[in-house]
Amino acid sequence: MAAYRCSYSAVLLILCICSVSTAIDSEETTLTGAHHVGEVDNTQTATETGEQTTEQPVVEERRWEAIDVEEATPGDSDIDEKDTSAPETIVPLTVPQLKDDFQEELVIRPLHSGDIYASFQFRTLWETDFMKGNKVSHYRLFPKSLGQVISKFSVQELHISFTQGYWRTMQWGQPFLPSPPGAELWVWFQDSVTDVDGMWKELTNVLSGIFCASLNFIDSTNTVQPSASFKPLGISNVTDHRFLRYATLPREIVCTENLTPWKKLLPCGSKAGLAVLLKSEKLFHSSFHSEAVHIRPVCQDLLCKTTSWELRQTLNVVFDLHTSGQGKREWSLFKMFSRTLTEACPLASSSKIYIDITDNPQWEQFELSPATPLLSQALVLGDRRTFSVYDLTQQITFGTVRSLNLLIRWKSNEGDMLRPLLHAERYVAGYGLQTGEIHTLMYNNHPYRSFPVLLLDSVPWYLRLYIHTLTVTSKGKHNKPSYIHYQPSKDRVRPHLLEMLIQLPPNSVTEVTVQFERALLKWTEYTPDPNHGFYVGSSVISSLVPSIAAMDTNSTLERPLFSSFFPCKEESSYFVRIYTEPLLVNLPTPDFSMPYNVICLTCTVVAVGYGSLYNLLTRSFQIEEPSPGLAKRIANVIRKVRGVPPL
Amino acid sequence: MEAPLTLLMVVAVTIRAALFRSSLVDLVAERVEVVSPLTAWKRVVEGLALLDLGVSPYSGDVFHETPLIIYLFHFLVDYAEITFMLADVITAVALYMAVKDYNRQVFRKQKFALEADRYPPDCLELIRSPKEMYYVPLKVAMFYLLNPFTILSCVAKSTCGLNNAVIALFILSTIKGNVLLSAIFLSLATYQSIYPLTLCAPALLYLMQRQYIPVNFRRVSFWWFVVQYAFMYLGSLFVIICLSFFLLGSWDYLPSVYGFILSVPDLTPNIGLFWYFFAEMFEHFRLFFLCVFQINVFFYTIPLSIKLKDHPVFLIFMQLAVISIFKSYPTVGDLALYLAFLPVWSHLHRFLRNIFLVSCVLLACSALFPVLWHLWIYAGSANSNFYYAITLLFNVAQILLVSDYFYAFLRREHHLTYGLYLKRKDGSEATLVLK
Repeated sequence: MAAYRCSYSAVLLILCICSVSTAIDSEETTLTGAHHVGEVDNTQTATETGEQTTEQPVVEERRWEAIDVEEATPGDSDIDEKDTSAPETIVPLTVPQLKDDFQEELVIRPLHSGDIYASFQFRTLWETDFMKGNKVSHYRLFPKSLGQVISKFSVQELHISFTQGYWRTMQWGQPFLPSPPGAELWVWFQDSVTDVDGMWKELTNVLSGIFCASLNFIDSTNTVQPSASFKPLGISNVTDHRFLRYATLPREIVCTENLTPWKKLLPCGSKAGLAVLLKSEKLFHSSFHSEAVHIRPVCQDLLCKTTSWELRQTLNVVFDLHTSGQGKREWSLFKMFSRTLTEACPLASSSKIYIDITDNPQWEQFELSPATPLLSQALVLGDRRTFSVYDLTQQITFGTVRSLNLLIRWKSNEGDMLRPLLHAERYVAGYGLQTGEIHTLMYNNHPYRSFPVLLLDSVPWYLRLYIHTLTVTSKGKHNKPSYIHYQPSKDRVRPHLLEMLIQLPPNSVTEVTVQFERALLKWTEYTPDPNHGFYVGSSVISSLVPSIAAMDTNSTLERPLFSSFFPCKEESSYFVRIYTEPLLVNLPTPDFSMPYNVICLTCTVVAVGYGSLYNLLTRSFQIEEPSPGLAKRIANVIRKVRGVPPL
Repeated sequence: MEAPLTLLMVVAVTIRAALFRSSLVDLVAERVEVVSPLTAWKRVVEGLALLDLGVSPYSGDVFHETPLIIYLFHFLVDYAEITFMLADVITAVALYMAVKDYNRQVFRKQKFALEADRYPPDCLELIRSPKEMYYVPLKVAMFYLLNPFTILSCVAKSTCGLNNAVIALFILSTIKGNVLLSAIFLSLATYQSIYPLTLCAPALLYLMQRQYIPVNFRRVSFWWFVVQYAFMYLGSLFVIICLSFFLLGSWDYLPSVYGFILSVPDLTPNIGLFWYFFAEMFEHFRLFFLCVFQINVFFYTIPLSIKLKDHPVFLIFMQLAVISIFKSYPTVGDLALYLAFLPVWSHLHRFLRNIFLVSCVLLACSALFPVLWHLWIYAGSANSNFYYAITLLFNVAQILLVSDYFYAFLRREHHLTYGLYLKRKDGSEATLVLK
């Protein structure tokens, strides 16, 4: 009951603070990247009474600004920053001499489908300079293997993800960090690099070794240079897409051997902290599994005098507990990961667990135990979410049993999810092995606003796209893309690259179709199971989607009127990137058992041609003199022996 | 004589126009027998679309037409159907006029030989009468215009029809004795698809024969004529290539067109011998066999020219057939061009050995191509070997057809020298064999 009252007062406080902070933000438009709105840590309010409400906003406001100073980086411009980062906690900059910092957190979101989405994020910040040939040799928290990769290959930014399974946007909503099925790698090189392709080739081979993955299969036939879809996420002065390389391997299968090297990059390994939960036999018994590494330079302070390198390791899992839970709808950390938490990583400056309770303010959907008095609110993917927070650095979190086993027990299974505003799917149409058509459907579910999306398609060369058959239709009308960047393929050298900027009308489905022809390959170019088909990587759709929070008219009622007339900037839209399904396309196959036969038969035909012409060219017509029969010849031989004239 | 030709043209154009309006167009345009990666209309449209997008059509591997074609259709894309029908009509008329002129010369030569009493007395039944030669030009035009292969090729808007028109104009100007035009059209044909280069030899032989220049390597007049022709040919080729360069501002088209023809990177099935052979080739032998197969096309030029140096028009026919059989991306349109010459050699029919078998095989294969393609690609109940087997058979039949005509031609020439009814030494009837 006490917890309930506390949370109630906290909610009140939050709303009050939010309105103040938004008012401030609308004035201070120079503040960039103020995404982490409404980030409040209520450790104080839990112990204090509601009398302080007159003074508290001032205090909180200062803390909020402090957050801004800490979090904001010039690179976090609207389109670049992914709002997907789960709520960040305040990192007190009390020990600046350490210069590196490690944070870990786990966000758990019960999904409406009954599944559980768990998202781990581990962030290492290091104030150092890998650029300009600096020799960095002393490593503390930052993994040395990746540090060496960055300096050797002059990497500006590196993003790599390994994903098993497909994220079902319509059932699960948007993920915090999107990733396509298979492996995805995109790298911005520094502008000092001259031979980008050579660097890229070496880098993929090195990463292939580090992550035990088949990244060495990335070559020029599946690498593209997107012109608009992938912009640097950190601070960067390179925007020329010559320094960008993007490749996906949709066929890549992710398993334990990729997880183990990924875990080794963590400062605490899997010995302590949240990483003890990462047991592979449980993680891979899931509907969706994605692990990623993102490296980028970020600003150290608001003025961006010094830069630091950020390594963000993320792991997203969706557990399908509803079907595997023997009919009982309840889950716990132990049930999911077969582990409970006993301590935070000692090297971490912050270690927290967030449970998304936005849809459950009155505990009518599920109940959470042990209860926590801490609440936090954040604007995630344009939606205002409320989280229960467990701070693992505080002993009180673990209670008397010295271990934390979060338990959620469902009470009801109704409740509906707001449809994701942007959603896409893709399929191949047509029959036979000669031609086909790729259909990409993009849904704009916003009731009244249209927004532009950038569609990126990278199609392998053996599906020969015919760009003149490209059609974009929405609501039955032709929708002309305002920007098209098309690079045709070269056989056995490079894939097709198609980038388009399309405006999606409100509440509509936009269909993009393009026809292709299936090539017959050389028999050595087929995969070992050619009749399984060939994978075509996911389309990437990047967009600024109008925020749900800005759409929500109810929230304006509880705000001061002066704050809500014009929709404020940071709430108006958010960046989202979604991936469609990869395609599986069959190609015509030759008979693989036939090479000798074919060589023999075709050469025979050529020889027949050559022979008959040679015959006619070199010989001349003559009268046939019949040769004597065998008996006559033998008789002649005998007669010759006898000395008698022949017959 | 002009009225039947006009009627024929009207019928041919009507058939094509009717087919263009029917639903068969899309079906025919996709057939691998009718269009190749080099000649497909879909790829021409793609090249135009790429130009519109500001991308060089040669930066990708879809468009392989020459720059002149793309600029032609840049203006004519809306009148493409008329252009292709016109190309067919031009081919037919050019062949008609060429064959008519050729027949007149043949007849004149035959008359001189008869007056000089050069033929053996029992050869009178081999002598061609003006009556049977009268309808030959019309039959040639008919063989071209009403040939289902030509019609399909035209309906699919395969640019092969344009190449055929250029070659037909080359033949016409050669037979008319116009050296300059002959060189220009030959260079155009070469520019379109390398292989007509081998038609250089019959053109030279014919033009020299016409100007009474003896084919003798020791004579200055022979070499002077060869240099003249080569200069005109290479000069116009140079002009065309430079023109293409200035149209596009880059040399990208050279590897994209000629590199594509010679190195055969696109293994889309067709009626030729290359696609399956190089799909199944061991990688380290690839270059070797590529050289062997490409040399094979050009290889027959010199021996055939030596053997047929007095009969350049038959040499043209032989060369066209060899090109059509052994080129890297053949289509039925190429086949149609040399099949149109068959009526010219109708007097050889009595010496043909297996014309019935060959024509049956050709017909059966033409019918089986779509069937086995369907079984392989759509039904999935056959595999690539089925289609491959048919292409093999089809090519064997073509080879037999050509070598049969070659045999018959040589045999007739032999009979015209030595008499038709040959006797052995002992007076019994003799059989003629090649030795």
